[in-house]
Amino acid sequence: MTLAKRIVPCLDVDHGKVVKGINFLQLKHAGDPVEMAKRYSDEGADELVFLDITASHEKRDIMRQYVEGVAKAISIPFTVGGGIRNVSDARLVLCSGADKVSVNTAAIEKPNVITELADVFGRQCVVIAIDAKRNHTLTDGKIMTETAEGKVWFEVNTYGGRKPTGIDAVAWAMQAEKLGAGEFLVTSMDKDGTEDGYDIELTRAISERVNVPVIASGGAGIPKHLLDVFTDGKADAALAASIFHYNKYPVPVVKDYLRKMGVTIRQ
Amino acid sequence: MANAVIFDYGVGNLLSLKTALEKAGLTATIGTTAQDLAKADAIALPGVGSFTASLERLDKVKDILQTKVAEGTPLLGICLGMQLFFESSEEGPGSGLAFFKGTVKQLPSTVKVPHMGWNTLNITRPNELFEGIAEGTYVYFVHSLYPAPIDPEIVVTKTEYGTTFTSAVAQKNIYGTQFHPEKSGDIGLAILKNFAKIVVR
Repeated sequence: MTLAKRIVPCLDVDHGKVVKGINFLQLKHAGDPVEMAKRYSDEGADELVFLDITASHEKRDIMRQYVEGVAKAISIPFTVGGGIRNVSDARLVLCSGADKVSVNTAAIEKPNVITELADVFGRQCVVIAIDAKRNHTLTDGKIMTETAEGKVWFEVNTYGGRKPTGIDAVAWAMQAEKLGAGEFLVTSMDKDGTEDGYDIELTRAISERVNVPVIASGGAGIPKHLLDVFTDGKADAALAASIFHYNKYPVPVVKDYLRKMGVTIRQ
Repeated sequence: MANAVIFDYGVGNLLSLKTALEKAGLTATIGTTAQDLAKADAIALPGVGSFTASLERLDKVKDILQTKVAEGTPLLGICLGMQLFFESSEEGPGSGLAFFKGTVKQLPSTVKVPHMGWNTLNITRPNELFEGIAEGTYVYFVHSLYPAPIDPEIVVTKTEYGTTFTSAVAQKNIYGTQFHPEKSGDIGLAILKNFAKIVVR
């Protein structure tokens, strides 16, 4: 099989500006999503994810503008997420030029939205984002996973990781796949921001139980972390932010390393 | 400048293809009617939507599409757009455009579906659409079904994912790719520039 593992830089956008990691790029317009997208695309990123954290009634207009700008500037696929709640929200970003939408809280609260989106746009456009946190309390009916710190289950959190739901992330992924999810973006709340490596057990637990691609997220600090999540974690794609943003390990450096370690990577 | 008309089935992202065709040197417009297609120097069937729903949308322009193609207007089908060139699909009911004999099949369940991401081209037959494109080049795929042509002569590239499938077809003025050239970076743009050359020739 020659399908390459994907390297996916993630950009957080607020009011049309990239809000993290704008220091290194020395761009004319620091934080311009279009310019940063172009830069990552030129460097060899395989795909991009934009996470829009704008909380404003002007959100839709702001999104439409930069999504169109990005679509015109780059010719690699990109996903837009953050506050997508229904078909109308999804149509706005897809018709502005995004290839996929990622849905998180709205899918948990109203799972049928997954089916509605898949029916209208095709399941390949529907990414279900899952923010999961390890829960050490042995609980009946949860899918327990053996880890270095003992048996855990993975609990879905919503509202940007602020609200524990009691829902098993692995079971939720299996349900969401049946409803029409075309891909999963799995973020470890425990690892996010630590630069300590991905949650391998979480990624593998989901990747082994669903038959659609899984993007691992949260914890990348060095290229070895991406290697581990591809090999041990069975991820199909690895998302990272700070490792790329601050130019510690630019995309080509990470790709060279992975290629040398025997991972199938796009030239 | 030669005008490529992208047929709009009414769903999803057409902006990427429009932009890419313009970068390749064509003017590109979105069309929904027979009149739109009648004026086209080239026609693109994009890769969004489902087989059955798209056929319903295509129904009102089917005659003009057949006429234009018979007259020699270059036609480019991408992903689903290419799958419509065949007779039928396992995705759903309906008769395809039947430019080519064969059916569209589901990818095997031994691999993750959709086949999503960058995979390589094995160029099995030289074709002007792939002029200057190296063997083993990566292009972007996102699909759950693939074409199974009966005539091996139309197969231009193959790709492996769970099975070895036809990833591009060409015959006379009809060209189709299972992958998305408009999402395949500089390589995809080079392929679309080759298409643009064919159009203005």
